[in-house]
Amino acid sequence: MSNARELAQIPSTPSGRRNLIINGAMTVAQRGTSISITNTTGYTLDRFKIGRGSNYNFDVDVSQSSDAPTDFANSLKIDVQATATPSASDNATLEYFIEGQDLTHLNYGSSSGKYVVLSFWVKSNKTGTYGCQFKLDSNSRNFTNSYTISSSNTWEKKTITINPDTAGAAFADNNLVGARIIWHLSTGPDDILSGNRDWTADALFRSVTGQVNLLDSTSNEFYLTGVQLEVGTVATEFEHRSFGEELALCQRYYTKFDFPQTTPFFLSHKQTGNTVRSTVTTPVPMRTTPTINASGQPYIRYNWDSGSNLIIDDGTSLTVIGSSLDANRFTVSNSDVTSVGNNVGAVLAYAGDLECDSEL
Amino acid sequence: MNEMNITSAQYVEEDGVNTSIKATIDGKGLSVPIDAGNRHYDEIMRQVEAGTLTIQEAE
Repeated sequence: MSNARELAQIPSTPSGRRNLIINGAMTVAQRGTSISITNTTGYTLDRFKIGRGSNYNFDVDVSQSSDAPTDFANSLKIDVQATATPSASDNATLEYFIEGQDLTHLNYGSSSGKYVVLSFWVKSNKTGTYGCQFKLDSNSRNFTNSYTISSSNTWEKKTITINPDTAGAAFADNNLVGARIIWHLSTGPDDILSGNRDWTADALFRSVTGQVNLLDSTSNEFYLTGVQLEVGTVATEFEHRSFGEELALCQRYYTKFDFPQTTPFFLSHKQTGNTVRSTVTTPVPMRTTPTINASGQPYIRYNWDSGSNLIIDDGTSLTVIGSSLDANRFTVSNSDVTSVGNNVGAVLAYAGDLECDSEL
Repeated sequence: MNEMNITSAQYVEEDGVNTSIKATIDGKGLSVPIDAGNRHYDEIMRQVEAGTLTIQEAE
């Protein structure tokens, strides 16, 4: 390799941990590889959420696709299931949330604020102008920019440079929402701006004149991958991380236990009466005490006295208790376990999942 | 604008102390911890403050 070519491949910013986005290559799909979103919001592939404004009714399927540009194996695919026309402040969006403590180094609210650059690969049959918004929820600030999909059904790399918000406020050094990136898919006329807009005090969804209505045909599809947000003004090559590393980063926000049939799972004890408490240990420390959802009609088996006594419970009374015991342990309680012994040893389950959600 | 559609919310108690909220959010039955910073809890409390949601007492 020539010296010139070697130099050309050296990134302009220090290598390693450049990308502030988790799962930008759309490799992790803990919730499943196909999610239907109908008249609501919801997380899809890990860390990426379908959002909406003004109770806009729309119907899309979001899936992990193997249709991807060179250097990538996966993308997030949005497949329109029903047509919709936005009015007033209706919005359909794809969103990514970042914690405040992960953005403090951008020095917003000061003269030493840093530029960041967002890059991503996108593909759609629906060509035209789309809005991309940076929304600081904690202090109601907005930066809105457009990008154009020029060629139908062709992967295109887009880059948006974001000026530092020197007039705003510093990011709070905490685990709450610092900022979100919003890819607009369908936007009502009340939320359309006449062009790109630098940082402004504004708490609303905002897109740009000419915003495509992706929802105007059930034949429309939208693909996204290679999402990278990094300090600087030049988008560098996408920072690929190992699957295991990416999964662990995602598990701070969401993790799902697929109950095994025969293996002891959570240590448990009889609390009082018919109530059994169990300690759940998550793979990594979660952002907050998670919301739990015992889905898939779980059947939970409590086992004590060396397995000689078993109780089958349907899991419908499973609840999360208060705050986390510590960063990666929390307590669930089941108040519906009749005839429980005093020495409950383990919780087993025959079917179902336990979803733990600490998303932003 | 409500980003979550919350159709029911009820405290769950143990030993006379509210320990969580059982809620139906976007059609899913969830157990929500009483923990500021949890997005479901924060949204429940936001809708309560806005007067659009009431949390039922524990049974």
